[in-house]
This record gives sequence, C-alpha cells and structure tokens, in this order.
Amino acid sequence: MNTPLRRLASVVLVLFVALMVGTSWVQYVQADALNNDPRNVRNLYREFGNARGPIVVAGQAVASSAPVDDAFGYQRSYTDGELYSAMTGFYSVVNGRSELELAANEQLTGRGDQLFFSRIRDMLTGRKPEGAAVETTILPAAQLAAREGLGDQEGAVVAIEPSTGKILALVSTPGFDPNVLATHDTKAAGAAYTELAAAPGNPLLSNATRETYPPGSTFKLVTAAAALESGAYAPDTQIPSPVVLDLPQTSATLPNFGGESCGGETVSLADALRVSCNTAFAQLGMDLGDDAIREQAERFGFDDDSLRIPMRVVPSTFPADLNAPQTAQSAIGQFSVQSTPMQIAMISAAIANGGKLMTPYVVQTVRSADLTTVRDTKPELLSTAVSPGTAASLRDMMVGVVQSGTGQAAQIPGVQVAGKTGTAQTGTDEAPHAWFTAFAPADAPRVAVAVLVEHGGSLGSDATGGKVAAPIAKAVIEAVLGQ
Amino acid sequence: MATIQPHRVRAGRGTELGLLVLALAISISGYVLVGLGTEGTVPADVLGYSLGLTALAVGLHVVMRWRAPFADPVIMPVAVALNGIGLAMIYRIDFAYAARGKEHGFAERQLTWTALSIALAAVVLVLLRDHRTLRRYTYTAMVVGLALVVLPLVPGLGVLINGARIWVRFGGVGLQPAELAKIALAVFFAGYLVTHRDTLALAGPRVLGLQLPRARDLGPILIVWGASLAVLVLERDLGTSLLFFGLFVAMLYLATERLSWVIIGLGLFVVGAFFAATAFAHVGARFDAWLHAMDDDVFQKAVGGSGQLVRGLFGLANGGLFGTGLGQGRPDLVPYAESDFIYASLGEELGLTGMLAILLGYLILAERGFRTAVGVRDGFGKLLAGGLSFVVAFQTVVVVGGVTKMIPLTGLTTPFLAYGGSSLVANWIIVALLLRVSDEARRPAPAVRALTPEVGTPVVVGASDDHPTERIGGAS
Repeated sequence: MNTPLRRLASVVLVLFVALMVGTSWVQYVQADALNNDPRNVRNLYREFGNARGPIVVAGQAVASSAPVDDAFGYQRSYTDGELYSAMTGFYSVVNGRSELELAANEQLTGRGDQLFFSRIRDMLTGRKPEGAAVETTILPAAQLAAREGLGDQEGAVVAIEPSTGKILALVSTPGFDPNVLATHDTKAAGAAYTELAAAPGNPLLSNATRETYPPGSTFKLVTAAAALESGAYAPDTQIPSPVVLDLPQTSATLPNFGGESCGGETVSLADALRVSCNTAFAQLGMDLGDDAIREQAERFGFDDDSLRIPMRVVPSTFPADLNAPQTAQSAIGQFSVQSTPMQIAMISAAIANGGKLMTPYVVQTVRSADLTTVRDTKPELLSTAVSPGTAASLRDMMVGVVQSGTGQAAQIPGVQVAGKTGTAQTGTDEAPHAWFTAFAPADAPRVAVAVLVEHGGSLGSDATGGKVAAPIAKAVIEAVLGQ
Repeated sequence: MATIQPHRVRAGRGTELGLLVLALAISISGYVLVGLGTEGTVPADVLGYSLGLTALAVGLHVVMRWRAPFADPVIMPVAVALNGIGLAMIYRIDFAYAARGKEHGFAERQLTWTALSIALAAVVLVLLRDHRTLRRYTYTAMVVGLALVVLPLVPGLGVLINGARIWVRFGGVGLQPAELAKIALAVFFAGYLVTHRDTLALAGPRVLGLQLPRARDLGPILIVWGASLAVLVLERDLGTSLLFFGLFVAMLYLATERLSWVIIGLGLFVVGAFFAATAFAHVGARFDAWLHAMDDDVFQKAVGGSGQLVRGLFGLANGGLFGTGLGQGRPDLVPYAESDFIYASLGEELGLTGMLAILLGYLILAERGFRTAVGVRDGFGKLLAGGLSFVVAFQTVVVVGGVTKMIPLTGLTTPFLAYGGSSLVANWIIVALLLRVSDEARRPAPAVRALTPEVGTPVVVGASDDHPTERIGGAS
C-alpha cells in the first residue's frame, strides 16, 4: 500500500499549499481591504495607543491625551468641553469621532502627509509616533461671550474675521461634554452617546454648521445685493411697499411683519432693509427673478457642498425652479430657503470685506510633536460675492439698520455696527427663529457675526431678531474689539 | 523484488539533538520576545522556563535513545518547536488579557499540560515496545473510540460551549474527548481494515471503470458515515464529524487502493452535510456565517454570526507580510485567541512569513509520518502511521482553512499550538506512536531474519504488505 500512501502524502501536500495560498490571500492580497474595514477596531486601538495631538485654543489645550494604564494607552480629555464641543467634536472608543477630531484626525494622529518626515524619524529612532498639535483660530473671549449670550436658549453663534476667514467663535447650544463620550468605559460611553443622541436640541449635531434653518429677513441682504449688482437699483431707488402684497397666480397674500406699513406706498431700498419691509423685498424678488437671487446666493456660498473648515459644513440651499409667489417668499428668506448660521456669518463677512468672501477656517497652524510648524493656513478667497461698490452700499444700509432700524439693540457706543435682523417663521405653530447678523467696526471690520436663537429662545413668540439675537451679537463684537 | 543490502544505518539521534537545539532556541526566544514586546523586559522566569522545556525535550530524547534508537529524527523536534511557539503565543495572550484586567493564566496551565503530554509520550515509548501490540486491541479501540465520541452527549458530563457539545467537564477539568478518540479510531480502522482489505478491495462489480464495492461491504462505511453525521447533528460540530469521516475514508483508501471508496465517501459526506445544513438551523448558520461572513447583519449577529471569523481575518490582515512582532499586536480582539483562533493570533504577530514557516512545520511532520508508513513493513503499521499522520495534517487543514475562511469554521483545535490539554496530550501520544512505528521502520533488519523469507521480512519488499506478520508483542 505504498502507492496510496504516496498519493495521500501528495494530497496532504496539495492541501497545505492551498492553506498557504489561503493565508497569503488574507494576509497580503486582502489585507488592505480588511485593515480599512470600518468594523475593524484595530485602527482605533492603534490610534489610541499613540499620543494624540492636542487641540489648542489661544495657547491652551482644550482637548489633549494623557497616558493611562489600560488597554488603550491614552485617554482623551477636554477642558471646557461643553464650551468648545461644536468645534472639537468628540473622540470616542465606541462612537468614533466628530467635527475637528474627525476632520483633523490625520494631523492629530500624526499620519498626515505633512508629517511624513516626523514619521520616518520616529520609525528610525524607534520612538512611538506622536500626533501633531492643531492650533485653532478661536478667540476664547468671543467664544465665551457667545456661549454666555445664548445661555439656556437653543441656537448658535458664528464669528468670522472678515479679512481672513478666521473663525473666532463657533458655538452651538445645547452643547455636550465630550469627556463622557471619551471615557474608555465602553458601556458608559455607549450609554452617554445614546442619551445625547436622543436629547432635545440634538447636542451632537452642531447648530452652527450641521443644521439649516429658514434665514428669514437676514436673507434680504442677498436680495438687496442682487438688486444692487443688477445695476438697476441704488440704495435710494424707490420700490413699492404695500401693507399687504397680493401674490400672483394664487389667492394668497404676503403681509408685513405685524401687519405694519413700511412708511408709505413706496420706500427706498435702504429704508426697506432698515425696517425689514417684507412686501418691498417680496416685490423686489419677483422683479429680479429667482435666477438672479439664486446666482447671488451662490456667490455668497449657498448650494455649495464642498465647504470644509476643515469640518464639513452642510450646504445652505436656495430652492430651484420657483414660480413668482415662491420667489416672493424666497426673497425674504422664507418658503424653502435654508441656511446654516455659518452661511449667514459668511454673508456679513463678505460684505464687510468689500465683497470678497474669504474661506472660513478654524485651524491656524499644525505643529508636530517637536514643535516645528508643519502647516500654517493662509487666507484664501472663496468667491467674489459682490463688487466693492455694492459692498459699500450694503454696509451703509446695514449701518442704518442698527442706527435707526430693527437692529438698534446691537448699538455699541463709539463703534459703528452694521447689521441685519431676521425673524423666521418656521411654518409650524412654534415661535419663529430669531436671527441677527452684523459686522463691526463698519469702516474697518474686524469681526462678522451671525446669531441664531431657535424658536425665539426665552422670549418665545414675542421674540424678534432685534430683541433676542442682536444683544448676543453685540456682546460677541465687544469681546472681539475689546482685545 | 529487491534484496536488501546490509548497510550502515544512521539512527539519527545526533541529527535529532541538533534539530532539538534549534526547536528549543525558537521556543525560548519566542518566550523572551513576548516579554520584551509586552513589558519591555526579559521574563523573570526565563531561566526556569528554558531549563524546564529543555529538560522535557532532552528527557524525551534520552528515552528515545534508550527505547526507540532508530526513530525518525525530525518528528520530535518539529513537535517541540510547534508546542514551544504555541506556549509563547499563549503566554503573550495572557498579557493581552491581563492588560484588559482579565487574569487567565493560560500559559501556566498549558505548560503543565505540555509537561504531562511529553511525559506521557515517553511512557508510551517505554511501555509500547512494538506497535503491533495495538492490533490485538482493535475492537477494544473501537468501543473506546465510540465511547469517547458520545461522551459529551452524556447528561451531566457533557457541556455545551459555543453551541457545540464536544466538551466534558470532569472534576473541574474540561476535556475534549474527541481528541483522544481520534487515536482510538485510527487504531480500530487500522486493525479492521488490515483484516478486511482484500474483501473490500477486490469483490464487487465494475461500473464505468470504477470497481464498486459489494453492497454488504458497504456496511462499515455506512456505519461510520452515520456516526459522523450523528456527531454533526447531536454534538453540533462539523469539525469533529469531518475529521473522523475524513480519517476513515483516507484509511479505507490506503487499505484498498480504490478511488471508488473515496468518491463514495466524499459523496456521502457532502450529501449528509448538505442535508444537515438545510435541516438543522445550527449547521446552516455555520454555513451562512461562512458564505456571507462580511455581510453586516451576519457579522453583528450575537450567536452564530461571523463576528469571530471576521475579527480573526482582521487580525491576520493586521499581521501582513511580517507581522507586528510578538507582543505588539492585538490578538485579544479576537474571541478565543488562545485556542480556536491561535492561528489568527500568530498570524497577526508573526505575519505571513511566520505562518508559512508554521505550515511548513506541520507539513514536514505529516510527510515524515507518511515516510514512516512507507518504510514500515507490516500492513497494520502502515495503516496506523498513515492514518495518524493524515489525521494531524487534516485537522490542521480543517482549522486553518476555517480561520482563513476557505471552508466553514469548525471548533477543532490547532495541533500543538492551541491552548487545551486534551489536544496536547492526544497529539503528543500520536507523536509517540509515530516514533514507535518509525523506530520499527528504520531499524536495520537483523542478519538472521534477512535470510528467512517465509515470514514478513525485508527480503521481499511489497509482498510483505499483504501478509501482516503475526509476530506480536515484544517478540523482537
């Protein structure tokens, strides 16, 4: 029986060759796909096992990792976690990461391309790789003023330096404490996530960049810009301003806020903006046509899904294919116009910067563990929203809003503030959203800000942008200018 | 027909000692590397560990010089190396669990089992002076084998672990009787087949060029087929079932040289397994977890899903070509990293290169076993050595194939590497039996026997197979 023995030995040989091929298949051919499988927690463990770089605000780490004696090696912890949560996001064993922790992950872990040479050095010296520090543009005073201004109200504040696009404040309320998600106690972290995900106001989703709202009258800035850019209008051009506007093709009408008159049968464009005259802007919108408004909106950044600050900002939208009555409503920021607070701040920032919209950004420098600067963000032009002339006209009109219009609550002694209020109906029985956007000083702007208070905040249905949101904007501007 | 020329035979004990030094060097450096990789220091007890392991291996070597001087010189060092690699890995996994706050002490127990197993192997070599003694216990072996197989089904004794009923708990110690059963069954098959091989091989009609067996000779294969299907269904373990049936078909083929048995056997098994997969949810789930392993809903399923399998694949992939190095990976992320999935644990830390080396080790072990079977003169010895070599190789194929997702996953252990006393004891006894047979195979024929051709002697090679010698029990 030696022949079958030899054959059986050959069969065993073939089977083992098959095992070798199978093992090579898994460990070599499929290795990349398996290593990148989102269910593979090894990547997370590898990250946790290395010192993750800190997120720095004005020289102080607001998120940092310290070695701990457990399976992960390093514990992420957040100082003033709730205050900065809309910017930092969270970094969790169980739930992954979000916001800056997600967007700057490569730098924070030290795996980014810019850190190639640091990695080579670590490999050669056998040093454990360390992540880079991410230094942000946030101004703590502005952030604090925004947070305190919002208080218990749900909403968001975004402040931008118009000339550069630096984000000076980024607040969303309710915020959350990222520490409860960062804990290595996976059960507790999972429970905390479930609780936060179901919490009212959806704290895990930043209201500043991840949620859109009807912008209401703040959108009149876009309509006004479209009118001025068309060349057919100047700030003193008289436009019809009935108490109630009959909408064509329907039996519906469009009233002014509170059913008031805007001051006559016609008003100037500047006055229409100053008193936030709905009928005038609705008529103006229909006269300009939805295409002109949409084009202007897109030059301010609407309908753009590519904005990264470096966190993703959901696109603000101006609806497509509108008929006349829809255009009328859209021109005053109703119907289905949707905007993030970030987008509204960008409108003000563009006007403040002579019509040039700079790309907003939150990461100023990336510094490797040995303190060499591996990246320093240079301001970049995102788009030219309006001509310098239009920008100047809009600025003057916005100054009027704060001096003698709906936004007087934002006045600051000795500083000329340009602003625009918004009180956006939400289409439900709930109180309207209160908006305010502004920049200051009007002649040499250092900060542009957008404030949203959801559903009127503490004032409820009595709220207007001027009453609820403007004081918060004022506080943030004062905080920035006080520096 | 060839006449044996008397020539100097190299017993190979010197070679064995040299290889043993290599095997011990691998085992001990593995142990040291684990210490360096996890704690950054050489393990405190490295001297004791080295001395203990060396004492065990050299002790067995000395016993062989005494009782099996002509035994194959490669088998034992390969087994020591595999066992040593397994010990190092289990020691490493203890660290990984300890880092997560779970103290298991697997390594210590595995070391105890290693000592016990090697000692048992020595005892087998000392007490069993001639493997043909075992032939007298053919039917005893059958009873013992079947009893061991059904032991986990005894209420109060068997325990259900991970859906498979292949464990018994006896005085606080968990055992897998199937591991020992494979030895008993190999003895039984060898004894039974060497007696009935002529009937099984020659009688029966020829159809389409295949010599089919007679219907009444189908009895035994049908019984074994039924038994292995019963194992599959009642003990819920595809691996044990496949292992026993594979062993039987292989040995049947060895005995009869007839491919028809293999084809009939494989056909029966495929039909049976298919039927079981469709009729029984737990068997079907295993197949489902294999075929749709990467599907998220299969992956997430708490029981009977592919989570463990896919986590093992993640581990293997993490190892890549050269591995993370001992102590540098995360084998603890795979459930049962120390036993069922030790192949994935090793793959993560030793990489593809390490795994190819380990597979080569198994292959050498099996092929030396087959070489032994070819070399030994009596039919019982050929069948026994061939069957035992095959069963070790086949078990490795089934486990590794399962872990690498080539075949459905089973609950078998990786010989020598995996944590588990029963497996270690059984495989070391197999090594001892192979050494015993190889000692007979490689022993130079005494001059006097070379001149008496009427008994099964080396004079007529080939013809001796068909007339198993009746010289039994210490007659040499």
